[in-house]
Amino acid sequence: MSKSKISINQLKLWYGESQALHGIDLGIAEKKITSFIGPSGCGKSTLLRCLNRMNDHISSCRIEGNVLMDDIDIYDPSVDVVQLRSHVGMVFQKPNPFPKSIYENVAYAPRIHGIASKGAEMDELVENVLKKASLWNEVKDKLHEPGTALSGGQQQRLCIARTIAVKPEVILMDEPCSALDPIASAKIEELMDELKKEYTIIIVTHSMQQAARVSDFTAFFYMGNLIEFGNTGDIFTKPKQQQTEDYITGRFG
Amino acid sequence: MNKIVSTKALKRRYRKEKIFKGAAVFALLLAASFLVFFFSNMIGKGMSAFSQAEILVDVHYNEASVKSYRKAVDKPYRKIVSRGWLRTLPLYMEDNPEVMRTTRQEWVLATADVDQYLKGYTNRLKDKHKQQIDKLQEEGRVKLAFNTGFFTRGDSKMAELAGIKSAVIGSILVLLVTLAIALPIGVMTAIYLEEFAPDNRITQLVEVNINNLAAIPSILFGLLGLAIFINFFGVPRSSALVGGLTLALMTLPVIIITTRAALRAVPSSIREAAYGLGASRWQAVFHHVLPLAFPGILTGTIIGLAQAMGETAPLLVIGMMAYIPDAPTSFTDAATVLPAQIFTWAGESIRAYEERTAAAILVLVTILLSMNAFAIWLRKRFETRW
Repeated sequence: MSKSKISINQLKLWYGESQALHGIDLGIAEKKITSFIGPSGCGKSTLLRCLNRMNDHISSCRIEGNVLMDDIDIYDPSVDVVQLRSHVGMVFQKPNPFPKSIYENVAYAPRIHGIASKGAEMDELVENVLKKASLWNEVKDKLHEPGTALSGGQQQRLCIARTIAVKPEVILMDEPCSALDPIASAKIEELMDELKKEYTIIIVTHSMQQAARVSDFTAFFYMGNLIEFGNTGDIFTKPKQQQTEDYITGRFG
Repeated sequence: MNKIVSTKALKRRYRKEKIFKGAAVFALLLAASFLVFFFSNMIGKGMSAFSQAEILVDVHYNEASVKSYRKAVDKPYRKIVSRGWLRTLPLYMEDNPEVMRTTRQEWVLATADVDQYLKGYTNRLKDKHKQQIDKLQEEGRVKLAFNTGFFTRGDSKMAELAGIKSAVIGSILVLLVTLAIALPIGVMTAIYLEEFAPDNRITQLVEVNINNLAAIPSILFGLLGLAIFINFFGVPRSSALVGGLTLALMTLPVIIITTRAALRAVPSSIREAAYGLGASRWQAVFHHVLPLAFPGILTGTIIGLAQAMGETAPLLVIGMMAYIPDAPTSFTDAATVLPAQIFTWAGESIRAYEERTAAAILVLVTILLSMNAFAIWLRKRFETRW
């Protein structure tokens, strides 16, 4: 197993009184795809949102334990959450492009982070990023049309493009294909395979076939606990835990 | 099969539905008929105010008329030509010396009684003057012309001279103050409460109070304005400034509530997208949420302003129910507003003010309706779908 990009140590999380995560220990490998699977409400999305501190916006949310990224605790008071999110990008379940032009969608984040200046530099960045997200050929003639006018799959790739425009190290994907048809999903999966050369990717998915297809490592969660973690191949062919086997064979979940 | 044949119980259900539907339609028709009655009454009474009687007479511009303005027209006409208009002549001659020592045949304003007589309303015209008018009419020297003075003159104690200009300008100045105060404060308050404030007891208390504020009788805002702005801060009474400040207090809750609703209607996925890209809270709100909420905010603001424009009670307390013949030229001049002007005219005993009251109502209602229509148009125009 390659070097851990992120290591999660004894992470516990509460929403008000109810505990959603019960002491998670997990290492995320660099430039690999790690998938989080498990039934609804098992805490996989919650854990994902801990990794870029998206839970900060929920006032009832309380956390114990730590998350180290390149050996820095991301919950340390000295860490700036805005800075953190430029290193850890996120793609959401429902494609949510801004109701602005395709160009603006991609250019927004680089602009607020001061990565590229207006004009030719930004044009180049937008083109490169859209190419990386394999969207360029489809949108190059309509960069100034609204991003919301694209198809669902294109919108989601635009969201991925928008995320990689800030050159993050880690990309979190929260069920990125759940609102898409199989063909659009396949394109996203292809893209992920391409992206893992440069980025560490963590994906939450409800589709076990998808987890099996795209990920290098798989973590199975149940009721806020990490039940099993290992190579995707091992998890799906010879799971060590009974619960994991029951879930992946469709006996519950 | 008997299950699908209609039963007694089912029939009763249908009957109930019919009764409810009938009641709803009746209520709607009743409301509509009130509206029709109101408008036809106002239009019937008010339209005649848009025309005004004029008489063709010889006007003598000379030193004698400067000294005594009544001498500007020949004796038989002195009772039927507006005295208020004659009074303006010396000043006119001073400003236009080239007209001196000439006699010109001109259409001049008739008295309100002549005007009412021509329109067939009750009047206090003596019989001999009535005959005189009838004769002049035969000669084509009397007419009902479009009443431009109604829009270009302020209030007057002579009905034929009374117009709405000072009230309209007063209303505009008051609304400008209201807008300048209520919009920024209201929108910023709403943004803070909706996007930044922690959800605790204090913010809940503030919220409840803002909602209560919207339901407070407007006269109390007038008293508040009197106590705070006039007595404490010494803002000149009856001025557009104090009126605008007082109405801003009233409009604030409306703007806050509508702005919050507009912000809440922006899907949270937009905020998440912005946060996920490393936008700060401030950036997420100002770059993404606010532009999407903007049409809603604008609509709320216009509706709040329309409400403020029609408001009369609080202005009564701060002295805006005043006789203002000259339009205010600054925010601290004594001013009145359209609804207050309507109220003042409605209390006049002279018949000629009645049609002016109705006409002023028509103007006010037209402005309010067009403001609301504009709000609807804006909402439709800028509505973003996502």
